[in-house]
Amino acid sequence: MIAWTIYLAFAGAAVLLLLPGVCARWIALLTTVAGLALGIVGFVRTPIADLAHFTTIVSVPWVPPLGMNYHLAIDGVSLTMVLVTGISAVSAVLFSWDVEHRQREFFFWLLVVVGGCYGVFLSADLFLFFAFYELVIVPKYFLIAIFGSTNKEYGAMKLTLYSFFGGMFVFAGILVAYVTAGSLDLNQLAQFHFAPQLQSWAFPLLFLGFAVLAGIWPLHTWAPTGHVAAPTAGSMLLAGIVMKLGSYAGLRVAMNLFPEGFQMWSKWIAVLAVIGIVYAAAVALRQHDLKFVIGYSSVSHMGFVLLGLATANVLGVSGAVLQMFSHGVIAALLFAVAGRMIYRRTHTRELDALSEMNLSHALPFAAFTFVVASAASMGIPGFSGFAAEITILIGTWKTYPIAVWITGAGMVLAAAFTLRALVKSFFGDVRLQTDRVPREADWNEQSITLAEKCGACLLMFATLAVGLYPKILLDRIQPAVEAMRFLK
Amino acid sequence: MSYLELLKLASPEAIVVISALVVLAIGLMSKRGTVVAGVSSAKPPRKAAGITAATGWCSLVAALCVAIAIAAVLMLPRNANLFGGMLVITPLTSLFKIICLALAFFTVGLVRSEKSLRHPGEYLAIILLATVGLMLLVGSEELLMIFIGLELLGLSLYVMTAFDRTDVRSAEAGLKYFLFGSTSSAFTLFGISLIYGMSGSTGLAAISEKLATAPVQPLLATGVVMTLIGFAFKIAAAPFHLWAPDAYQGAPVPSAAFIASGSKVASFVVLGKIVLVGFGPVHGSSAWHAMTAGWSPVLAVLAALSILIGNLVALAQTNVRRLLAYSAVAHAGYTLLGLIAGGREGFSATLFYVVVYAITLVGAFGVVAVVRSETGGDDLRNFSGLAGREPLVAGCMAVFMFSLAGIPPLAGFFGKFYLFSAALRAGGNQGLFWLVGLGLFGSFLSLYYYLIVLKAIFVDRPSGTAAALDDVSSDLLQRIAVSVIAAAILFVGIMPDILASRILAAAQ
Repeated sequence: MIAWTIYLAFAGAAVLLLLPGVCARWIALLTTVAGLALGIVGFVRTPIADLAHFTTIVSVPWVPPLGMNYHLAIDGVSLTMVLVTGISAVSAVLFSWDVEHRQREFFFWLLVVVGGCYGVFLSADLFLFFAFYELVIVPKYFLIAIFGSTNKEYGAMKLTLYSFFGGMFVFAGILVAYVTAGSLDLNQLAQFHFAPQLQSWAFPLLFLGFAVLAGIWPLHTWAPTGHVAAPTAGSMLLAGIVMKLGSYAGLRVAMNLFPEGFQMWSKWIAVLAVIGIVYAAAVALRQHDLKFVIGYSSVSHMGFVLLGLATANVLGVSGAVLQMFSHGVIAALLFAVAGRMIYRRTHTRELDALSEMNLSHALPFAAFTFVVASAASMGIPGFSGFAAEITILIGTWKTYPIAVWITGAGMVLAAAFTLRALVKSFFGDVRLQTDRVPREADWNEQSITLAEKCGACLLMFATLAVGLYPKILLDRIQPAVEAMRFLK
Repeated sequence: MSYLELLKLASPEAIVVISALVVLAIGLMSKRGTVVAGVSSAKPPRKAAGITAATGWCSLVAALCVAIAIAAVLMLPRNANLFGGMLVITPLTSLFKIICLALAFFTVGLVRSEKSLRHPGEYLAIILLATVGLMLLVGSEELLMIFIGLELLGLSLYVMTAFDRTDVRSAEAGLKYFLFGSTSSAFTLFGISLIYGMSGSTGLAAISEKLATAPVQPLLATGVVMTLIGFAFKIAAAPFHLWAPDAYQGAPVPSAAFIASGSKVASFVVLGKIVLVGFGPVHGSSAWHAMTAGWSPVLAVLAALSILIGNLVALAQTNVRRLLAYSAVAHAGYTLLGLIAGGREGFSATLFYVVVYAITLVGAFGVVAVVRSETGGDDLRNFSGLAGREPLVAGCMAVFMFSLAGIPPLAGFFGKFYLFSAALRAGGNQGLFWLVGLGLFGSFLSLYYYLIVLKAIFVDRPSGTAAALDDVSSDLLQRIAVSVIAAAILFVGIMPDILASRILAAAQ
């Protein structure tokens, strides 16, 4: 049943493409809400025991001569990712309720991204997986280049070429795995023993390709420019789910297929991840554009995911999956506030300009949302960010104690840049510049719409719920992670 | 062997030849007097209407005859072999005759929109004769017959390229194509004569038997390399690609589409037969650490050069047809990978890829024809803002470009996966990884220039010149044809098994 998340998204996209004059935003909302509902039903109804293994949902022969099957499967990790995809998709649609220019096309591309993401998280056939993975790349180009802002064509091209550059390595790695093992089924491949010599070069090939999408340092530079150029829904989806495709694929494919290669290279991944965490946080501290701050914070938080994966123990990897969920929600929330709530009304994202506007009085709901999002992003206990990062750090302590110390410094920096952005954007010191307090003519003051409130509440609820009771996800993630091969 | 039986087995070719004569006659009879006019003088409306009517009748007859020929191919027996391989009928040849005829059908459809043609009857007749050349090439396993097919195809294509008398670039393209083509034909003929001298036969199977026992010697190497040069020219593999950009850009749109599609498919089929069947014993090896002499390293060098040169030069193009030409060079390079891999799987991967590529290019040239008739040009700026004017055509162009770039769920994606996996498997211990890696790098580069085309279509605002000629009546039939092709590419991409298993079953 959960396979219908994929079909619904693509069906919605097809309807938008073929039927002119339909109410595009309602169709998009309907399909994404249905997807989320399916995800939740699957989450509640599937027994936890079934989620410990990659259980087949659908398996149909596709191209028999080449051994390709249309094979979908699910376990705790996939289910978590499906859930966060649903949440991000619904809120992304809600936060683009005001898109009027080429509306049908906008929601078409958006639904293709969403459908492709569902597909990646559910596929159990390497070819199918790769098809969905590459499918997500192209719509992002159009979403950004047509509907974006600031330097959009450059940002879109950079992002697309980086993704495709990573995709090239992934393609090579997948071909090597396929040709060597003679199978494309992920479960079968996970049983196959690849020669250690092959693993030693095939693993970095594959993992590096995936990590480009996850924003690994030093191949992360597409992320901030892309996020800044993208329209609000675009950055929400990019940071919320598309970056997770990279880390999820690294876990599901690269680490599971080539466990010995992973053992050889894990410490280097950890090194890159730690550099990414600290470096991106330091860069974020110096940005003047609010979206750039959030863009770099995404790179920093994705560093935690990679660090968690590199620990190669249950706690670290489960924490990484939890962080994928948590960051998906928090990043979406941050971008929603910056892109929709602030930028749409003030037409600026410059922190210095915003600090003169006294936004906390003009947009109290936006201020409240941003405070919650910042708190979650900094890792205040009670929000999902804390639960995820603490799990990762405990896992890391077992494998790389030094990394925990360095990352600690990174977390201080994260708190610093988040607070700086928060204070400058909403709680600017207006007393110093009394002559420049709100100039009404400058910006288009509207109250926050209902759609925005719904979207924000959904995201805030998700981060709070998981923050207060992380067991609800960890119970499902941990058995699935324990079943994975690289831990044995 | 009675004469009647021969006629029965060669009935598709016979039908196409007869239809060429019929079309020629119709073209001559319909208002010949009004058609002869000054090159640059403005046409009175009545004269233009006369030409359009003649074009309509001729293309209708041509399309009908092509459809009948397809039916005739379907009624052929499963297997037959005449005169030691001169005319061979196998599932493979029948399948590819149908594909060549289908490509000719769509090319005939494109002729309707070509306003600059003064003699539609002659033009369509030549297209049909070229189609006969394709069918002879596909349906023969004998070097002499292959050479005759090549020449028939080549001569028709030279004329088709230079057919637009009002455009000096068309004449230039035709002359370039002719000079390069005749030189390479000379090479091929010389190569074939050397091979004949060594093996005493021109049948591919007999050559293969002889070569199996003969040692590799310089004379044989010369013969093989010279034969391959002729085909490298036909498929526009670097460094024999220099005619392609001019021919693609200068020729009338249907000619360019035919050169890019039908000619390419048939050339790859026959090249595959020659190297895999005829030269099978002198395969050699192009694995990175174990290169041995044979035709495979020669093709490997051609492939590597084509991928690099085609993709790198295409990055700098501003004319869409020229861009397609350089990308064609790159695609010839990818397609060669399957032949280098060899075997049944490699051959069928090559065939799958080249068929998908040909269909895509016919569609892309269809879009070019629409844009040309609307804006009078085919530079990138003529495409800007197409999505606003013609959403359907723009969407189809997106499908074609993404299929060429290898983006799922389109047919080009599966084609690349099939091709590269076949190549990687064949090398033994990833010996061909260097070529596959190069191919992957090439397709990474190619995404950039395909995106540039789509950026012009979807993102850029229409330029001033683009809207000037907007009052041209839209040709509904052509739009339908383009959308059918786009739908076919999407369908084959989602269900590749339909085409792949057929080709795999046919390739023995």
